[in-house]
Amino acid sequence: MPLLSLIVFTPLAGVLMLALMPKEQHRSLRRGAFVFSLLPFALSLCLLARFNPAEAGFQFTEEAAWIPQFGISYKVAVDGISLFLLLLTTFLTPLVILAGWGDIHKRVKEYMVFLLLMETGMVGAFVAVDLFLFYVFWEVMLIPMYFLIGVWGGERRIYAALKLILYTMTGSLLMLVAILYLVILHNQQTGQFTFDLMRLYDFSAPLATQRWLFAAFALAFAIKVPMFPLHTWLPDAHTEAPTGGSVILAGVLLKMGTYGFLRFAIPLFPLAAREALPIIAVLAVIGIVYGALVSMVQPDLKRLVAYSSVSHLGFVMLGMTALNTQGVEGSIYQMLNHGLSTGALFLAVGVLYERRHTRLIREFGGLWQQMPLYGAVFMIVMLSSVGLPGLNGFVGELLILLGAFQTHRVAAIVATSGVLLGAVYMLWMYQRVMFGPLTNPANSNLRDLSKREVLVFLPILVMLFVMGVYPNPFLSRMEPSVQAYLSRMHQKMAAAETSVQLSAVSPQPAKGELKADR
Amino acid sequence: MITPPDISWIAILPLLILTGTALVTLFADLWMEGPDREALGWIGLVGLLATAVAAMALWNTKLSAFSNGIAVDRYGLFFTLLFCVASGLTLLMSMGYLEFTDIRTGDYYSLILFSTVGMVLMATATDLIIIFLGLEVMSLAVYVLSGIWREQQRSNEAALKYFLLGAFATGFLLFGIALLYGATGSTTLGPIAAQVAKVGGQEKTLVLAGMALLLVGFGFKVAAAPFHVWTPDVYEGAPTSVTAFMAVAVKAAAFAAFARVFMHTLTVLSADWSSVLWILAALTMTVGNVTAILQRNIKRMLAYSSIAHAGYLLVGMVAGGEFGGSAVLFYLIAYMLMTLGAFAVVIALGWRGAPNENLDDYAGVGFSHPFLGVAMTIFMLSLAGIPPLVGFIGKFYIFSAAIRSGYVGLTVIGVLNSVISVYYYVGVLVRMYMTEGVLEIPVLSSRPYLVATLLLTITGTILLGLFPSPLFELARQSFLALG
Repeated sequence: MPLLSLIVFTPLAGVLMLALMPKEQHRSLRRGAFVFSLLPFALSLCLLARFNPAEAGFQFTEEAAWIPQFGISYKVAVDGISLFLLLLTTFLTPLVILAGWGDIHKRVKEYMVFLLLMETGMVGAFVAVDLFLFYVFWEVMLIPMYFLIGVWGGERRIYAALKLILYTMTGSLLMLVAILYLVILHNQQTGQFTFDLMRLYDFSAPLATQRWLFAAFALAFAIKVPMFPLHTWLPDAHTEAPTGGSVILAGVLLKMGTYGFLRFAIPLFPLAAREALPIIAVLAVIGIVYGALVSMVQPDLKRLVAYSSVSHLGFVMLGMTALNTQGVEGSIYQMLNHGLSTGALFLAVGVLYERRHTRLIREFGGLWQQMPLYGAVFMIVMLSSVGLPGLNGFVGELLILLGAFQTHRVAAIVATSGVLLGAVYMLWMYQRVMFGPLTNPANSNLRDLSKREVLVFLPILVMLFVMGVYPNPFLSRMEPSVQAYLSRMHQKMAAAETSVQLSAVSPQPAKGELKADR
Repeated sequence: MITPPDISWIAILPLLILTGTALVTLFADLWMEGPDREALGWIGLVGLLATAVAAMALWNTKLSAFSNGIAVDRYGLFFTLLFCVASGLTLLMSMGYLEFTDIRTGDYYSLILFSTVGMVLMATATDLIIIFLGLEVMSLAVYVLSGIWREQQRSNEAALKYFLLGAFATGFLLFGIALLYGATGSTTLGPIAAQVAKVGGQEKTLVLAGMALLLVGFGFKVAAAPFHVWTPDVYEGAPTSVTAFMAVAVKAAAFAAFARVFMHTLTVLSADWSSVLWILAALTMTVGNVTAILQRNIKRMLAYSSIAHAGYLLVGMVAGGEFGGSAVLFYLIAYMLMTLGAFAVVIALGWRGAPNENLDDYAGVGFSHPFLGVAMTIFMLSLAGIPPLVGFIGKFYIFSAAIRSGYVGLTVIGVLNSVISVYYYVGVLVRMYMTEGVLEIPVLSSRPYLVATLLLTITGTILLGLFPSPLFELARQSFLALG
């Protein structure tokens, strides 16, 4: 059974079904969308069950020739690195659809269509192991997001949507040029035309070329992450997006950037990456501290969470640059954590926004008295984002710092201060919103969480605890892939080291000959 | 004593059928009244279908006629088929449109067909004089077509402007042909190719001068910067269906001859022309895209977008070789589908007395007219080069050919231009989906021809985007037939 393709294309089937339904029947449209997003989740649970934890390479590979003239194939597979990211996507999408029942009342059909379309794009991008196929899914994701922000967003939605699309397209089109260049270079040296990631992994371009290609890939991914200083589209996009859009954006889309570094930019160009990793580490640390400091002064809840993403993703990038087991595993783990915690934070902000149509912190205060259940949920989510031991965030941050400490000591130390700052702005925000006297009369009869809303939060809360207390099932499935990944990287770097030394020695007699000729 | 050349009737069969159809519609018009005129469109469609069948039947042959003046090779047949599709879709979208715009003249259909004859002549010609003949047959018909909306002042202006500037361009082309003839002693492409490889000194200068003049002539017809200034005014003024026809078929015909002369006959001189074309390509892409941003009228915007696409096509020509050439052919098909489709939507959103051509008229269209909204979204995204639509694959082929030939700088200019183009293509989506407005237009189902046109172009845009291999193979074989 082509399990991966089923997961990728079931949402698309849902899109076709929704397209045929009349647009007035909001109830059945919502239910239909929900069912069609549960299917891929169920299928991805099957995938998890059948996933061989001991296997380091790609599993469930499906391959079919697509554009044979250019060696392009439809090739999908998962390994320990992409497995949980896929699960994160299929896990969050139904919750987002469920959450949308409350705050999306206009153009319900189109909203659901775009969410499902998005799911196909996201899952596709995580499982593609053909560079062309990856690029296609990567771009496909962008369009629904653009519409989600532009149609259902806030006041400055058009500006935010355009900014998102222009930023991302600039990066990704330059990446396309780099992909083409890499493939053609590979073709000229081996005589084979292929976009197959595995075959391109084995190919080493000269260092000078790698630098350019890495730069192009890194630009595309850094914009998506977003890394300081390319992050400015993010607060705008987040603030203007509807709740569901923000959750998907923070939960999954930003992971595309970090995943891209891990899967494509670094392993395809290891020599250039080795030179660039310290720079990336520095930028990551700047992102951590800067994001935290800017979060602290945000008057708007959503902007606060958005800037906190800049900070959290700095951790993900820092872990990656360590290039050791703890660092990389921590980085992947933190991608999942951020997806869950920040996704849940946006959902929590969405609950308030739906009730009060404002997100300004000063409009709230003392909400605990009115909404104790909400307060409890929000607190757990907030603490997980802060990295409290026992919750998921702690495991990820600890691993990253452990890893980073071995390679970039100063960076790790500075990053630790980011953890502290994170606690400060989150707790302070929570305190201002939830505690104290209920001063604003507008808040005096806010409803507590409804059953549906509890249903949205509950699965996430469970996962926050599970991942915090018992990370082993996750880490053990990542480990073989990460180990293989690292050993391949170190091998390539070492090989390059020796060849550089050799070439430094060997040309000398050649030079002598040249001189003798003259 | 002069003996008439031996005519290979089989070789010119597609041309004969096409000319015959054009004549039939011309005379049939005498008996047609009012709504009956749609029958003329049907005659034209049947004729185009027959032409296409004849062209396909000749696919595995390689013939020539009129003392090597016309070659029936796959290259020419590929374009013959392209013109049949482009004209067919144009006829289809015109059949309802003419009624709406009060262009009640049956000449319209025969003019489209006559101009298609000229195009086929241009694409199959292997003699500069015949290329010139084809160009004139095509252009004269289009000059008239662009002014056929007689009561519209801007249509008259368009026709006059196009005619005057077109005459200039023709002059350049003819002068170029004369210089090449002077230097090589022939107007037939084969002997010219053999001669230019050998010439030197003064004759070389003549060849280069002739080539430069040809470049101006072709540059005008494909609307490459800086020879593009006529395009927006003419495209805006002409009836929309004619604009679509000009943007797609006329441009493709010009590229057919352009590529045959430069990429095949003058390949030995590619070192001389490729750097000029490089600059032209970069300029055309940039001017087209940057100026398109400023447009408030959708037809003008699409006019500048078509200039930009000519720039991408020039990148393919600069890249040269088998891949560059086949990428150009592929791109022309892609461009045809999405541009014709976009113009069909423009037609669908206008009606008698209310052309609704301002971009602001598009506010809210996406939700009030979902089918047109989705159609336009697909065409705009494809034109912007978003996968998995055919426009993306087209750009992908062109850019990979350019990188393969070592033109990385030009490719980067190309992709940055694509980013610029995203801004204005997506601008249409912004208006359709993200701003409020009410546009009152007649229900689309009352205009079956437009629906058919849209369905055909949408299907092509999506299917060829998902499965481009067969078409690419076709384009490759066609281009290789030149050699």
